Amino acid sequence: MIVKAAIFHLNNCRSRVRKISITSKYFMIYFILNMKRIFEAFSNRKALIPFIVAGDPSLAATEKLIYDFEAAGADIVELGIPFSDPLADGPVIQAAHQRALKKNVSLKDVFALVKKARKKTEVPIVFMLAENLIEKYGRAKLFTDCEKAGVDGIIVPDMPPEEVGKGKRDTGNVVNEIFLVAPTSDDERIKRIASASTGFIYLVSTTGITGKRLKLSGQVEEMVKKIRKFSNKPIAVGFGISNPAQAKETIKYADGVIVGSAIVDLIAKKQFDQAVKLVAALRKAIDQAGKRE
Amino acid sequence: MFSDLPDKNGHFGEFGGRHVPETLVPVHEAVTEAYLKYKDDAGFRDELDYYLEHFIGRPTPLYFAENLTAHFNGAKIYLKREDLCHTGSHKLNNVIGQLLLAKRMGKKRVIAETGAGQHGVAAATGCARFGLECIVYMGEVDVKRQALNVYRMQLLGAKVVPVTSGSRTLKDAINEAMRDWMAHPDDTFYCLGSCVGAHPFPMMVRDFQSVIGKEAKAQHLESEGKEPDYLVACTGGGSNSIGLFNPFLDEPTVKIVGVEAEGAASLCKGTIGILHGARTYVLQTKTGQILNTHSISAGLDYSGVGPEHSYLKDMGRVQYVTANDKDALSGFKVLSEKEGIIPALESSHAIAHLKKLAPKLSKEQTIIVCLSGRGDKDVDEVRKLLK
Repeated sequence: MIVKAAIFHLNNCRSRVRKISITSKYFMIYFILNMKRIFEAFSNRKALIPFIVAGDPSLAATEKLIYDFEAAGADIVELGIPFSDPLADGPVIQAAHQRALKKNVSLKDVFALVKKARKKTEVPIVFMLAENLIEKYGRAKLFTDCEKAGVDGIIVPDMPPEEVGKGKRDTGNVVNEIFLVAPTSDDERIKRIASASTGFIYLVSTTGITGKRLKLSGQVEEMVKKIRKFSNKPIAVGFGISNPAQAKETIKYADGVIVGSAIVDLIAKKQFDQAVKLVAALRKAIDQAGKRE
Repeated sequence: MFSDLPDKNGHFGEFGGRHVPETLVPVHEAVTEAYLKYKDDAGFRDELDYYLEHFIGRPTPLYFAENLTAHFNGAKIYLKREDLCHTGSHKLNNVIGQLLLAKRMGKKRVIAETGAGQHGVAAATGCARFGLECIVYMGEVDVKRQALNVYRMQLLGAKVVPVTSGSRTLKDAINEAMRDWMAHPDDTFYCLGSCVGAHPFPMMVRDFQSVIGKEAKAQHLESEGKEPDYLVACTGGGSNSIGLFNPFLDEPTVKIVGVEAEGAASLCKGTIGILHGARTYVLQTKTGQILNTHSISAGLDYSGVGPEHSYLKDMGRVQYVTANDKDALSGFKVLSEKEGIIPALESSHAIAHLKKLAPKLSKEQTIIVCLSGRGDKDVDEVRKLLK
């Protein structure tokens, strides 16, 4: 499994990373330890990825939720980094960002949180953050610190692959950079995004912002097929999936589901146990839909 | 050459670009493609020129402000009278251009953001004229302080949506308009009111507003037989200023000044960041949280600025300075009293800078000031402040 993970990783990484001297034992071990987390999340079973905003309502609460979500069946935990203007988010997640900002939670704090959590858990953790936060933090430093803290990947919703500019990862960095495909993306864009994305591909299930939807868009099956034409990387679907039935329907086509607003809504009401229960229910629904062949 | 910018991906040097969620990337690509197809199309140009002349009332005069010139006892001051445009500001120049494009793209639903309400009123006006559905996002705070403009938009048939997220001002209105566009990418056109946002908006808005500078250049040449020595314009998002500046950027003898509101001075006091789809100067904290701004003029009350201005600042082509609320009020008063023209509080920032600039210059030198809008909308506010 570990060898498979390493090969998978090296195949998925950019050419630059591949050039890193593989004879260096240190790097090899490093790659394997880091990369296997996301790889395994998708190889054992279909992946459940809950999203919460880090520091909402406190860093301690977030830490506990990471452990509890893992125990309830989460395969990857996605942490939103608080930002004043989360453009792609609906009112529920916007409010979560505001709550975390009131506590002055910064990227640096979230790195410290992950570092701490890594003593207790190997659950893959990915960050979702606005490009402006990277602009200020520094892209190279971000990747270095992700690696140090044990963050497995980043998702930057307002940064399409063609805008990835200065400070490209220039070390033997193993942090995944996950890009998003939207229902409006055409074949040419899907191809570009799929090739740029590492770890997995984030499929936005529907046009619009994050938040609950009464009905799924019905575009997921078709979109997944389109992406599969260009890539065999795992595909996780997010935006608008809020209950077990929707997760079960979505997972028929995809390799993972991402659930945010429905969980964050419970956290807003301080119903942490309910949030964990929802994760467990989503797990059950996904497992019922059958394992990945 | 400054006139060659931006590049095909919308970059002005390191600024600009298209930093938007993937859902919106193809939507921006489609607008770019349509704009490039029609911008030099004879039919499109003719229709645009027709509306500029007969609906907006262009060309606007380049007015020699004799009394103001005497008052400052220095350079000759010319006012580019955008305040005389239909709806009372330069905003309609851009709106008509974008709506003619929206029509050609077959879009029936138009969304817009507004701060003070000038762009919202212009968008509502254009949509009424062309029979398009119009939804205007406006921060809840601005809805309250600009009640008259809200009613004007409603009279024109637009739906005004108060925005309750974030700081409830212009920045949040733009967020909300972009969110709306993400939800309605197929039938909706986002008529963005300033030279901000993702490519092609900074380029397209600049091009539509460049009619200001093109006219001013020809008018100045006719009255003075030379290029002006200085251009002065207020800069919030920066559409009136880039419109005036653009045709002069490659004239090295013309010195150019952009005046920001002191409480919203992205260029003078901000740092490089990414806001609303562009890399540009932004007022933000050290960790990258966008700051709220304060200005007496709602139209300048914005945490970012058009990316081309960021480039012009870094290249040293344009000098950006600030004027505070008090300076703006004195600009407001002096133009009203000396010339019988009540300027918008936004434009009053440009007028305010004349006090520093004009007396230092010789009587043979000339300054063109963009009088971007009229001040009727601000009379209530000024009355309260001057009490």
